[in-house]
Amino acid sequence: MNNPQQLRYSKEHEWLSAAEEGVSAIGITEHAANALGDVVFVQLPEVGATVTAGETCGELESTKSVSDLYSPIDGEVTEINEDVVSDPSLVNTAPFEGGWLFKVKVSGEPDDLLSADEYTAFTG
Amino acid sequence: MTEAPRRTALDATHRALGATMTDFAGWDMPLRYGSERDEHVAVRTRAGLFDLSHMGEITVTGPAAADLLDFSLVGNIGGVAVGRARYTMICDADGGILDDLIVYRLGETEYMVVANASNAQVVLDALTERASGFDAEVRDDRDAYALLAVQGPESPGILKGLTDADLDGLKYYAGLPGTVAGVPALIARTGYTGEDGFELFVRPADAVALWEALTAAGKDAGLVPCGLSCRDTLRLEAGMPLYGHELTTDTTPFDAGLGRVVKFEKTTNGGDFVGRAALEAARDRAEANPPRKLVGLIAEGRRVPRAGYPVVGPDGAVIGEVTSGAPSPTLGKPVAMAYVDAAHATPGTTGVAVDIRGTHEPYEVVALPFYKRQK
Repeated sequence: MNNPQQLRYSKEHEWLSAAEEGVSAIGITEHAANALGDVVFVQLPEVGATVTAGETCGELESTKSVSDLYSPIDGEVTEINEDVVSDPSLVNTAPFEGGWLFKVKVSGEPDDLLSADEYTAFTG
Repeated sequence: MTEAPRRTALDATHRALGATMTDFAGWDMPLRYGSERDEHVAVRTRAGLFDLSHMGEITVTGPAAADLLDFSLVGNIGGVAVGRARYTMICDADGGILDDLIVYRLGETEYMVVANASNAQVVLDALTERASGFDAEVRDDRDAYALLAVQGPESPGILKGLTDADLDGLKYYAGLPGTVAGVPALIARTGYTGEDGFELFVRPADAVALWEALTAAGKDAGLVPCGLSCRDTLRLEAGMPLYGHELTTDTTPFDAGLGRVVKFEKTTNGGDFVGRAALEAARDRAEANPPRKLVGLIAEGRRVPRAGYPVVGPDGAVIGEVTSGAPSPTLGKPVAMAYVDAAHATPGTTGVAVDIRGTHEPYEVVALPFYKRQK
């Protein structure tokens, strides 16, 4: 699996984009999407909500299961991906691009985020 | 104690196809090869190929084979013509369902009973015990067969090119011995998907060759390999019960709305069969004062109900429980089967919700099945 080099990763299989003006996009990795199977419903945090690294902030439902969505960082939600709300299959077809989930104004991050190579090794 | 999962004769084939595998009733089985939704749609519109070798085959032979099965099962098995099959159940003395089964009559004195993988040992033990006093032999043939299924509207065309068996004469719920792609097979027109299709019982040593021949023959028709995940959503849409979900030892066929499989009028063994008295009581109870009924639920929203989730009424009180739930690819909405109090079981009943992890999501009560194919 090809984990983009410019992203960082959590051990809960979320990815985090490099901040632009303090705001990062967050999604789940291709590895996680493949493990879930077809995603049919996403419940995302609301714009303005505060999220905390390692804590649940939403849900992903697939045919066979429901999984908690964890935030990889601390911050305030600035935007959610309405495209993925209306078409959750984007999580499967484009997990690192069109399937991004929400954006956060980052206020803090844990010290155990992984690089692409480290995440690839972690999931290997 | 956990034992290593068993692998079917097609294990290497599944891995070469990149299947996601799952443990199912002690077997390592393909859950899906790619998108389970695409596999589901393929079966509804074209064709899908399944490995079902985990199913448990039990052969019953002898002069009293029919009498033994009439005594052991709830159906009229002696009345099944040679070459035909019957959906039936095996119950305990209390009327509780031990398993649901398909019984094929292969000859005048030979039947094949196909049990769910999770219950095959229970069924084998029960039949063996009940055979005492009957001139019949119960044989464990679980290792004698691999089972491949071709399901979907294109399946007759795909199979026709590989066999000289008379498929047009093979009706739904019939089975005949023949040759498919040069491999000896019991060809049955059965399935668990709500579509036309075939189940092919073959020697395990022939399974890979048959799989490859079917794959090649089905290529132009759009046949794809299919895993157990889409098998579950296909049967759910078709309103077919799954043992361990809609059917349990605490449930009688009448509680499950399947009382029609119980044949009190059979005359063999003086009309006696295991569970008869309890099932008569269950029938009367279901007619006069049903506790709960099995219904379909269709979501208004998009959150998916799962087995075990409570069903609640307008006042928030629990009125039932979901037994199976999934997003329905055909309806584009989540659906569920659930046992609900009879007062809320009428199709069209509104104000019903499923408690999905603390949130009451509105659902509509509907009659089963959710999907019926156009013939």
